[in-house]
Amino acid sequence: MHRTGELYGQFKTLDQQKETAALGMWVFLVTEVLFFGGMFMTYTINRHAYQAAFGVGGNTLDLQLGGFNTVVLIMSSLTMALSVWAAQVGKRQLISLMLVATLVLGGIFLGVKAIEYKQKYDHHLIPGHSFDITYCSKNPTACGIDEKKVEEEKVELEKALAKDPDLNAHAQLYFSLYFGMTGLHALHMVVGAGLLLWLLKESFARRFTPEYNTPVEIVGLYWHFVDIVWIYLFPLLYLIDRHN
Amino acid sequence: MSEHIVSPKIYLAIFFTLMAGTALTVWAAYQNFGAFNIVIALGIATFKATLVVLYFMHARYSPKRTQLVVICAVFWLAIMLALTLSDYSTREHEGRLAAPSTPRSLLV
Repeated sequence: MHRTGELYGQFKTLDQQKETAALGMWVFLVTEVLFFGGMFMTYTINRHAYQAAFGVGGNTLDLQLGGFNTVVLIMSSLTMALSVWAAQVGKRQLISLMLVATLVLGGIFLGVKAIEYKQKYDHHLIPGHSFDITYCSKNPTACGIDEKKVEEEKVELEKALAKDPDLNAHAQLYFSLYFGMTGLHALHMVVGAGLLLWLLKESFARRFTPEYNTPVEIVGLYWHFVDIVWIYLFPLLYLIDRHN
Repeated sequence: MSEHIVSPKIYLAIFFTLMAGTALTVWAAYQNFGAFNIVIALGIATFKATLVVLYFMHARYSPKRTQLVVICAVFWLAIMLALTLSDYSTREHEGRLAAPSTPRSLLV
């Protein structure tokens, strides 16, 4: 493996070599766009077919945690971009520092996601045998919500049930998509974290210079793409029916 | 190297715009715009995604052929979404099933 940045035989200049590598990453990202596009398509069609159930499902998500995670992820994109800049201008220590910051922010995102998943588990919102969309309105103390909120939730549920008698089944569809899409996104984050660890190892070995920083640039492209997926997931999953 | 180096100032400006966009989308979600809530949410998300692609991912400063690949991605996705959605929205649906029913002419 050539990781030191010497010129391969098929290229004329290092610039051309780097551009080609970035182009390759972009082509991969095109396949990722279509891959996630299929999931968004599935979500859109089902959301359109079962608006009441998807509205109720979306409103059970914790907006504070979701919003916090959005901020964390955009911040990690900033630190990733700054790491690319540091590599381009040859600030060696800053490359590592920014990579560590990106890694830590990515870790915080995944940690918050785990807390959210646990909450859904406690609230009987994992699709399957014990799924019960009315669980929290029946057991407000177990879910830690106050009485005023319970009344609001009961009204919301009854309205939804009037529109869709099969609410419990269709809410499971929402949560299947929720776990599928956020799960795949989280998987991409885990892969990204692995790539960041590798970059850090290379960075500590002082591999990256203004002449050779292609890996930082390319992993950056991937990381920003994962950020973009979340930029769409956040409003679609958390915010679709808040105004009701 | 002749590559374009994006300065941290631009990165920071983009970052704060993205933050403002996030705040705006949360605020907009609580207003009742009827059918336009989803349009506004997706519009803001697309604006944010475009900023990320152009500046964080350097698409604005990339060679033309890289830009072509980026545009192709969006275009292909648009084709896929438009054709599938037009199919779903123009077929008859069977009761509460989301899947389109088999065309009648094939059944006879």
